Order: sequence, then C-alpha cells, then structure tokens
Amino acid sequence: MLKPAFAHQPPFLMSSKHSTSRRRFLKVTAAAGAYLAIGISPAGRLVAATPGKQPGRLPGAEGETELNSYILITPDNKITLFNPRPEMGQGTWQSMPALIAEELEVRLRDVDIRMTAGAKRHGRQSVGGSGSVRQSWIPLRQVGAAAREMLIQTAAKRWNVPASECSAAYGKVLHPATGKSLPYGALVAEAAQLPVPENPRLKDPKDFKILGKPIARPDVPSKVNGSAIFGIDVQVPGILYASVQHCPVIHGKIVRFNAEAVSAMPGVKHVFKTERKMPHKTVDAVAVVATSYWAAHKGRLALDIEWDNGGFDAIATATYFETARKKAADEPGNAYPDEVGKVRTAFASAAKVVEAVYETPFASHAAMEPVTATAWVQGDQVEIWAPVQSSTGVIEEVAQYLGIPQENVKINVLFMGGSFGRKGYYDFVLEAVHISKQIQAPVKLIWTREDDFNNGPYRPGMINALRGALDARGNLIAWEHKVAGEAIGAQVFGQDISAQADRGSGEAIGQQTSPYAIPNRRQAHVHVPTDIPIVWWRSVYSSTNAFGQECFIDEMAHAAGKDPLDFRLELLQAEPRWTALLNRLAEKSGYRAIRAAGHAIGIAIAHSFGSTAAYAITVSPKGNGVAIDRVICVIDCGMTVNPDTVRAQTEGNAIMALSAAAFPAMTFAGGEAQESNYSQYRLPALRDIPPIEVYIMENGEDPGGVGEPGLPPFTPALFNAVFLATGKRIRRLPVDLENLD
Amino acid sequence: MAKYTLTVNGSQHEVVADPDTPLLWVIRDQIGLTGTKYGCGIAICGACTVHINDQPVRSCTTPVSTVKSSQKITTIEGLSPDLSHPVQKAWIEERVPQCGYCQSGQIMSAVALLRNNPNPTDADIDDFMSANLCRCGTYPRIRKAIHRVAVLAQEGIDD
Ligand code: FES
Ligand code: FES
Repeated sequence: MLKPAFAHQPPFLMSSKHSTSRRRFLKVTAAAGAYLAIGISPAGRLVAATPGKQPGRLPGAEGETELNSYILITPDNKITLFNPRPEMGQGTWQSMPALIAEELEVRLRDVDIRMTAGAKRHGRQSVGGSGSVRQSWIPLRQVGAAAREMLIQTAAKRWNVPASECSAAYGKVLHPATGKSLPYGALVAEAAQLPVPENPRLKDPKDFKILGKPIARPDVPSKVNGSAIFGIDVQVPGILYASVQHCPVIHGKIVRFNAEAVSAMPGVKHVFKTERKMPHKTVDAVAVVATSYWAAHKGRLALDIEWDNGGFDAIATATYFETARKKAADEPGNAYPDEVGKVRTAFASAAKVVEAVYETPFASHAAMEPVTATAWVQGDQVEIWAPVQSSTGVIEEVAQYLGIPQENVKINVLFMGGSFGRKGYYDFVLEAVHISKQIQAPVKLIWTREDDFNNGPYRPGMINALRGALDARGNLIAWEHKVAGEAIGAQVFGQDISAQADRGSGEAIGQQTSPYAIPNRRQAHVHVPTDIPIVWWRSVYSSTNAFGQECFIDEMAHAAGKDPLDFRLELLQAEPRWTALLNRLAEKSGYRAIRAAGHAIGIAIAHSFGSTAAYAITVSPKGNGVAIDRVICVIDCGMTVNPDTVRAQTEGNAIMALSAAAFPAMTFAGGEAQESNYSQYRLPALRDIPPIEVYIMENGEDPGGVGEPGLPPFTPALFNAVFLATGKRIRRLPVDLENLD
Repeated sequence: MAKYTLTVNGSQHEVVADPDTPLLWVIRDQIGLTGTKYGCGIAICGACTVHINDQPVRSCTTPVSTVKSSQKITTIEGLSPDLSHPVQKAWIEERVPQCGYCQSGQIMSAVALLRNNPNPTDADIDDFMSANLCRCGTYPRIRKAIHRVAVLAQEGIDD
C-alpha cells in the first residue's frame, strides 16, 4: 500500500504550524538520544556526528536542532533518511535513501525522506553531471551498513550472543537461533553510543533487495495529487511577490524608469532598481514588489524604462556562428590532451580525405517550472527557499554575494519542476536576495516564461569541424575534430583558456571517452567568445560533440564503402563493452534485416558521464523529409538503483534530444532573444513522439551516470537514418524533419 | 479590486482580487492550492489546467471575474482525497511523473479526455493530450497510463 503522499513532501519550514511540530519532534528524540548520527568526513570516512544548532536560523525557528546524520530512528521505530541530492525529476528522492536503506535493511516504503539543507557536515549536496548515484554508491551504502552493524552489535550484547549470529531485516535485528528479535527503535539509543565502524561490510549485490529493482518512486504519489511542493509553491507568512524587468537587449543598462507611477498601482509596494548577477556580468533590472503575484506582474507591465543598450544590440547568433565557422577553418585551436599519432603526416599520405562542418544551436532548458526563488534577508541573516541543484552551492554564492558568513545563510531546497542544468546557475537566487535585501521582507521572485527564454543562460551554440582520412583499403587512418564555440570554463568559471584547451568542451570525444582505434587523432577547442549567457544543459557539450563525431563516423563509413555498424565494430574491436552494446543494439533493432531490406536505420554510440548509450532509429520518407518510425536505445550504465528510472530518464533524453534537433532553437538578433514562449520555442508534444524502447545492459560494473548519457547519441543516429532515407546529410540543426532542404 | 465567491473542490471561498487576475493565481496564492501550476501564462502548455463544470480550462488565461460562484471548479487536489481516482492510480502504476511539475495539468486533461471518450485510440490521445507539454519527456508513459485507465475501467476493476 502506498503511504499518504504528504509523508513524502520535502521538509521546509515555512508555516509556524509546520516548524513547531517538527521542533517538538526533534527535541523529544534528542532528549531520548535516539538517533544514529553518522556523517561522512570530507576525506570520505565515516564519522560519528553530533547534533548541532542549525546555522543561520532566523528568529521564529529558534531552538530547532538539525541532526548531523543521514539516519534518524525514534524509539517507536519511525525511521527517517536524509537525502543530500536535490530532486529535479531524475530520481534522487529515491536513489539516495535507497542506498542507505539497502544496507540498513529497511524498506523504502517504511521510511520518511527529508532533504538536507547544506550543512557542511553533509558534504557537497549537489546534483549535476549525472553524478549522484556514481558518487554516493559506496559512501551512502557505508552509512547504512555502519548503522546496521551498530544496531546488530547492540542487540547481540543485550542477548549475550555473538554478533556474528545475528542478522538484520525489515527494521529489526534477529537472532535466528533463538527466534529473538528487536526493532531498531528499541536499540537505537544504546547503539548511538558505540563508535562508528570505519569499514562496515557492504552487502554482496546478489543479496540486494532494493538496488537494481524497479521499486515505485516515493515522490510519485505526491506528484499526482498536487501535494508535492516545488520551488514556486513555497508559502511564507507575510510573503511579497516580485516580477522583474530585464533589458530586452541582453545586458542593457537602465537610464531611467517611472517608479512613481508604478508604485501607485494597486497592491504594488516597491519599485526599484535591482540587479542580475551572472558569473560573467552583472546587469540592471527593475523589480516590482507587490502583495500578489498578479499585482507585481501588472506593475511590471506598466513600467516605462529607458535603456542604454551599451552596444549589446550588436549581439546576433548569426554573427556568432559565422565567426565560429571562420575560426574553426582558420585556427588550429588548443588541442585537448589525448592526441594520438602524427595527424598531419597521416592526412598527407591519405588516399581519401573527407571534411564536414556541423552546427548545433543555442538551446533553452525550458523547464516547465520557470526560475523562481524566495528569499528573506534580515540584517546579516538570510533564509532561502528555492528549487536549486545545490544547497551548498547556493550557500557559498549567497554568502559571498552578501559578504556574510556562510553560517548566516539558510537554504530550504524544494523540488525542482525540471532543471536540466538551469537551476544550478544561481543568478535568480541572487536576484531574489538582492530584492529582499532592499526591503527586508520575504519575497518570492517568479520569472515569467518569457523572462526564462529571453534571458537564458543557454546551451552554447557550437560548430564541430571534422576531417577524416582513409587509406587505399578504406581504413580510417586519421581524424581531426575541432570544437568551436563559447566555453563554460571561460564564461562561467572565468578560466584563462587562451593557451590551453577548455577541458569541459571536449566531452564525449577523444581517445579516452570515444575509444575508436584511429591511429592518428587530434581534437581541439577553438574559443569563440560571446556575451550571450551560457551554461550546462542536459549532457552539455556531449550533446553537441556527439552529433558531429557520430555523423562524421557515418560519413567516413560511407566514404569507405562499409556498413556503418561494421565500420564501428571494426574500430572498437579492443573494447568489449562497446561491441557488446552495439551487438545488443543490432539484435534489438533488427539492424541487419532492416539494412538488408533497404530500409533506413541510423545508429550512433557515445560515452558521457560514465555511461555508454547507443541508438538505432528507423525513419520513412514523409513530405519533403522523414517521419521517425521507431527509436531503440541500449544503455550500459553498470549497476543501477532503479532500472525503471533508467528507462524513464532515457526516454526523456531521447525526447529532449529530439527537441534540440528538430524543434525551434534560441536565436538572437539585435541583441534580443527572438523566442519568448512555447509558442515560438515549440517543444515536442505527445503527437510528435515515436515509439521508444530502452534496454539496459546487465552487468556488475560500477554504476555510471543516467540523467544525461541517453541524450547525445540520439541526434546522430537520427540524422544517419535521414541520410539513408533521403541521401541528405543534415549538418546544421535544428531542422523540420518533414521539410528538409 | 472586487470580491468573488468561488466554489473549488466543493467548498466556497471568498476572495478579493482584480477582475483580470487569472484564476490560476487566485487558486494558488489566495486559496492556497498550489497543485495547479504556472508554465507559460498564454494557454499553450497546459500546466494550469483545471475543470470548470467538468470542462478543462486553462486557468492562466481565465480572469477570475468570468467565473461564477455557481460554477464548480475542480483542481488536482479535488480529484480524490486518497489517490483513488482511476487516472491517479494509472499514473502511479505506469510511473509517469519525473519532475512532476506538468503532471497536475496532464492528469486534469486526461480526466477530461476520458470523461467524454472512455476508450480513446492513440490518435485520440495524441490529439487531446498534445496541448499539454512535458519537458521531462513523460509522454510515452502518459499514453500508456491513459490506455491503462480505459482497460481497467472495462475490466470493472475501478468500481
Ligand atoms: S500556464 Fe496556462 S497553459 Fe501554460
Ligand atoms: S514531469 Fe517534468 S515537466 Fe512533465
């Protein structure tokens, strides 16, 4: 049976009713000493952890203690597990507690789950780079295992039997020989006094009861009855609402605006200049703060602002791509580290050289929940309620922004209504903080959908320039791949990349991540700076690089007169996991038979974020283009927490890739974003979705990422199929699939 | 500002709002039912879908002044007190939600579709449900869940 959904809401302390009951609960348990306080030290070791006073607590919630642990067990056997990784749809609300529960020997349905709040002792509490399960696979299992051993030891002592004769299951310690059993709640007070075992024994995966099983996600019930609390839903007593007008020409400055007229509007309380701080620029904006969102929004629409465009009206994506193409052709770029052989010599000796340039557009995350944050600055203290990818990241950035100690920043992390990278860029949180600071009141900032599209940040538009060489027998002997575009390393992290390649932009390509046996191989980055704000976007550069690489491998196969699957298998002979994956893909898709029958089936494979995924996509001619008939994906992501989540994420990846490939892109002209809402930046809808099948390679390998690796190879597989169906080689995205020119 | 009486999920609420305030913000911020979501504000994404007298409407473009107190507004919170609505059950069984943000709207649309067409074809589902966007890409499961409701209803499993 399902537990009532409200049991699974993330904890946030907004109403006084809420915080009172929680405070009492914690006091009672603290008095009884009834919790297992196990932390993970920065060095990754298990440590005993003591409850501490919540840092940065605002008046009203005084006396509340936060437990420095991942596990809380009360004497009446109520078990709470803490989730350190924010939930954005990818499933950490289940996967993190599942890792603990597996080793603790409790069922997920029997525990409550709470979000951690950025306390240092919980370590880095972030999601991104498809890293949650990979990074927590051992540490969080150790937390559960250590607690299990402490509970077993306590029971064994009480029964005066050896601990080795005891076991744990379903929240109880058992002594099978005598039939005795005790629930954890009866043991926890005493167990908590024991030293934390440093190297608890982890279960053999063959004994897993939770991990690897398609267990229902605990957040799902709350997401079908409206009770899940997203960032935009937070309610704080006395809350005000803010709507903000940024310059239509990105980065423009305010000259003057009609503050008085708008202040006089009903419900409007404040109209003032605020700022949007991005890593590379801080820009002006006008905030309208009102007693309701609609009043703030109407006030904002009534703003009459004179802007100084400051020359930013020269920004245009067309110019950017022109520059990038030219630079990719003219400049050698900075080579990524894994250069192989002698590329120049090999090209000089080639029987055949092929060249191609691929272009992928700027893309918006377009998460259904717009960016929003609630902040309450009081003096040198601030409390934040927001849908963000990292509690620790927000604390650091806000503390730095306000020049206050990190202990003075309290964050309540709420469910993200989608993010895809966007809500790991905290311009909107700082903007809410800036606004609240002016008025010292709790303020909910909500960007409109138009604000989201018009202001970014975006996935950077990229050029991939490729060159390949074949010898007389059709062997691929040399390869050069230049990635040209803006670098997140440079724009977001301020790194100097003038003399060395921006590492991040080399994802999914190069010998290390794409182990095609090509004897001479060079990959390089050509920096094309832009002021258009950019950031990571689901699978980041892997999404753009794999399109270039995997379409071009296909081009080389055709140039060599070989079947694209055979061509890849030949180049991957030394890589058993890759060939196994491709063979499974061929089997599941019926690749050989479809090719033999002369139908169009395109394939592609790419490794990103620790996992390898491959697609086979079949298309048929339709209109002046194609329709997708069927999408098959096989993913090798090692051991999984929940195979159904892997499938769900991979379906989502295929659809997000389809969106970036065959639906409108973000473009800029005259410094202004040309797409403002879903009416222009159309998303795929249900009727656009072909059948998608996902298969998971079953092996005992270490877990890889899941949230992103299913995206990159979709696009090249699609356009390799398009080539077979139409003879057209699509190298510039996006396109209208049914109208290809 | 004017006073309005709204009947939401069977109870009456008095609210004071500007006549042009979208029903969406009244439901969310004044009545406190936050299951209904803002996604686009221009009737294109479906996140804000509620029912008025059993008909699906986009609450983001429905001014509060156009809703009569006699009209019955149903939000996601009003579907069932205990997750027992057949569409909710199917959504749970097919594990539809990812981030979950669009799902209130998806479910309200699906309920409306099934009310008039208890056994929809794929084409019917495509037509009706394509006005609800989901950035996480839960569409394949939405389709399956709707078929599941239809099958369960026929088997008489759901009362
Ligand atoms: S918010 Fe109403 S349709 Fe998008
Ligand atoms: S589940 Fe995330 S937008 Fe639909």
